[in-house]
Amino acid sequence: MKAAGREALAHKVLELALGAGATEAEVVIREGSDFSASVRLQKLENLQQASYRRLSLRAFDGKRAAVSATSDFSMIAAGKLVSDALEMARAAGEDPWAGLPSLESYAPKIPDLQVCFPLASELPVEDKIALASKCERAALEADPRIINSEGAEFSDKLVHTLYCSSLGIRSAYSKTTVSLSVTPLAEWGGSKQRDYWLTTHLDLAKLEPPDQVGIEAARRTLRRLGARKIKTCEVPIVLEPLAAAAVLKHVSEAVSGTAIVRKASFFVGKLGARVASHLVTIRDDALLDGGPGSRPFDAEGIPSKSTVVVREGVLEGYLLDSYSGRKLGFSSTGNSNREPNGGPSVGPTNFFLEGGTASPAEIIASVKRGLIVTELIGFGADIVSGNYSQGASGIWIEDGQPSFPVEEVTIAGNLMDMLLGIEATGNDLRALGEVFAPTVLIGKMIVSGG
Amino acid sequence: MNDLETFFHSRFGISNETQERLLSTALARGGDYADLYFEYRIKDTFAMEESILKNSSTSVTMGVGIRVLCGEKTGYAYADGFDEDDMSRAASSAGAIALAGGAATPFLGTGVQHPDQDLYPVARPLAELELAPKIRLLEEADRAARRYDTRVAEVRVVLANETKRIIVRSSEGDPVFDSQPLTVFQVSCIASDGKLLQVGIKGGGGRVGLDFFDSRSPSYFAREAARRAVLLLQAEEVPAGPMPVVLGSGWPGILLHEAIGHGLEADFNRKRLSAFSGRIGEKVASELCTVVDDGTLPYRRGSLNFDDEGNPTERTLLIEKGILRGYMHDGLSAKLMQAVPTGNGRRESYAFAPLPRMTNTFMLAGRDTEEEILRSVSRGLYAVSFGGGQVDITSGKFVFTASEAYLIEGGRVTAPVKGATLIGNGPDILTRVSMVGNDLELDEGVGTCGKAGQNVPVGVGMPMIRVDEITVGGTRSQTQ
Repeated sequence: MKAAGREALAHKVLELALGAGATEAEVVIREGSDFSASVRLQKLENLQQASYRRLSLRAFDGKRAAVSATSDFSMIAAGKLVSDALEMARAAGEDPWAGLPSLESYAPKIPDLQVCFPLASELPVEDKIALASKCERAALEADPRIINSEGAEFSDKLVHTLYCSSLGIRSAYSKTTVSLSVTPLAEWGGSKQRDYWLTTHLDLAKLEPPDQVGIEAARRTLRRLGARKIKTCEVPIVLEPLAAAAVLKHVSEAVSGTAIVRKASFFVGKLGARVASHLVTIRDDALLDGGPGSRPFDAEGIPSKSTVVVREGVLEGYLLDSYSGRKLGFSSTGNSNREPNGGPSVGPTNFFLEGGTASPAEIIASVKRGLIVTELIGFGADIVSGNYSQGASGIWIEDGQPSFPVEEVTIAGNLMDMLLGIEATGNDLRALGEVFAPTVLIGKMIVSGG
Repeated sequence: MNDLETFFHSRFGISNETQERLLSTALARGGDYADLYFEYRIKDTFAMEESILKNSSTSVTMGVGIRVLCGEKTGYAYADGFDEDDMSRAASSAGAIALAGGAATPFLGTGVQHPDQDLYPVARPLAELELAPKIRLLEEADRAARRYDTRVAEVRVVLANETKRIIVRSSEGDPVFDSQPLTVFQVSCIASDGKLLQVGIKGGGGRVGLDFFDSRSPSYFAREAARRAVLLLQAEEVPAGPMPVVLGSGWPGILLHEAIGHGLEADFNRKRLSAFSGRIGEKVASELCTVVDDGTLPYRRGSLNFDDEGNPTERTLLIEKGILRGYMHDGLSAKLMQAVPTGNGRRESYAFAPLPRMTNTFMLAGRDTEEEILRSVSRGLYAVSFGGGQVDITSGKFVFTASEAYLIEGGRVTAPVKGATLIGNGPDILTRVSMVGNDLELDEGVGTCGKAGQNVPVGVGMPMIRVDEITVGGTRSQTQ
């Protein structure tokens, strides 16, 4: 569907909703295309292409609200969409905080942000396959111990988003994302390991060279060979950027307005209080140039901004949509998202821990005995109590030097204590995903092993 | 025509001819095999917070996924909606894989078999029911949770229902039709003692109708969630390090899902990526352990009349008295490994190609009583329920986190502990099983498994077992 078609459909749905008695309504339309090609052991394995679309309507009957969504863009479906939403809204309870954002929320100008780069969609399929192939080849050829692979994948997508509401708001943007990843396997002396590496950007031209990605994936895989368990101990922990980002992801959930209004966060009641060491500044910045989560406005059409969440260790703000903001007495921070079923939620855009001055090598050298964590797995983080216990693999540090690989251990503590215990942040901050962090040193955690 | 055939035909004009035309477009440039997956899914979700029904949503998603296989290569495309042009374009995109070359080999799909089973004969699925009885379920749970204890500060109740109507049609057989209801009900309570906040969650469901709640009332889930949240307020720190662990019956079967289940999915073994690759016939568990994957249990969350490639589901023997017997296959892995499909080809929706996935995975009952098992442990952990788990299928390392656990001291269950994560090695964890209970139970129907970005509903189950040693990821060192 062309942009004008989407707009006509959105207006028609709004008109139907208001005609059926909705007091307010908003429509989000997402339409796009997805491509992926994967190569395994240098042979093409999967080729996937798709076009998808989704329309979601949030309708209000006074202070009652409901959402209805569909992938059927016919007019018959639009009629059912509207009647379903209104039937559900009328069955809902009155919520004093329900409603569209205030008109003032739309006063700031929508930022002029470049998030759409057409280069990837113009690239022939064969060239995309060649990128994946080159990436995997670099990994396979990096070392004779790399004997297998889960494959390399190139993917790109283009999404058109349109927001329209009965307040007369109408905004649209298009966004591209491109990524290339590879997961090699190494085997040596009875030890079998895999790891991966990836490069992702909005613009194909900014991807890292494919062979560099392959070589990094191979390096990460090889260093795990011969990993062993260590004895249970309490030591300093160095989180590599991907592991630090995994921890920061839990922080992003705990500062979400949705968690705060439900009192389902260890940050409840902590606004203005020290929640982290003075080295910690955390931002959510939807305007970051080329950031994976960058966007001009959120799922309520509210212009994007940059929000400081934690400044030098003090909790300064939450991530909010209009509902959680109103309930907590603040304005929306432009962090409204839509879940796949169309329901509203709050989430990060580009959420990151600011980098420090020390290099990762300097941070490691500052630790006499400790553990570098390269990967965390599991679901052992509880953002309500802050209890934290996750499976970890990594590298043991002896006398400030990485010495041998470690696996089958856990690191455990409390998320708040972990934030308070941060003793250094690295100078290696890069946007490897929507939530990202530099290398981080935590003074002390319990490592459970043998 | 059956009802479903009529549904797709009269509502969307999808006829046998439509299917044949799309298949021939898909295979126009070669390829060994093609299949079509038409899906029409309605879903509704209700969430009550602060005793107010705040977030309700409903959605209709429909589309077709088209797959073409050519040797080991897969071409996949999907279209949202059932527009003729969009579907033809998708068929053609999927067929482009054949241009990339590759030997054509006959496909051993068994899509011609019609399931004669109806594992979920639900007269009125909840997704098709009027709103009032559904809202009453939420109200009852909300009241029961708040009434349980004054320390229950927040209650959130969620009910999600869907009905998925599908046609699976392959180039080698007649179409198969199914209508798959699915309901999940979940209560989360937050308890506060003025200083600490703790969360307790309890849920259940399956491919069931409203009568499910006659045996498992909303109040039951509410009281369990509230009990857990309040219990955690008094929970102690968990000791760290290796110790004997007793896993309770039911949901702790997630151990099997993570520790061995994923490693026995055939795609990982065909590609020799799994820690279990090439180990059929070897001893991987104590002789007390027999583990199956069974997609044929009536009304269960992980059950299907046939899988998403049209193959009938079955009970697949994975481990028999400690010996590894088989893998879980989809059509592609069965063909490439010269095995028989086991009805484990599943997908999240038409937007995804199928993969070998689990259905309901559980261990058969043994002989010990719960009392004997607990009494045998002088110092260890008793884990009753779990949150999620994860596995690295290559190294075999897995974790899962307890949501309700206690210390065992001198053969007696004592203090509750909070947030224990268990970590182990899949290929040897079951060799340390020294006792198996006579109390096999399946979980209550809340499991969702993620693989390659696709989520599918699954079930797990287990009798109580004793594992002689698992590393417990605690916050308190044992010497203290």
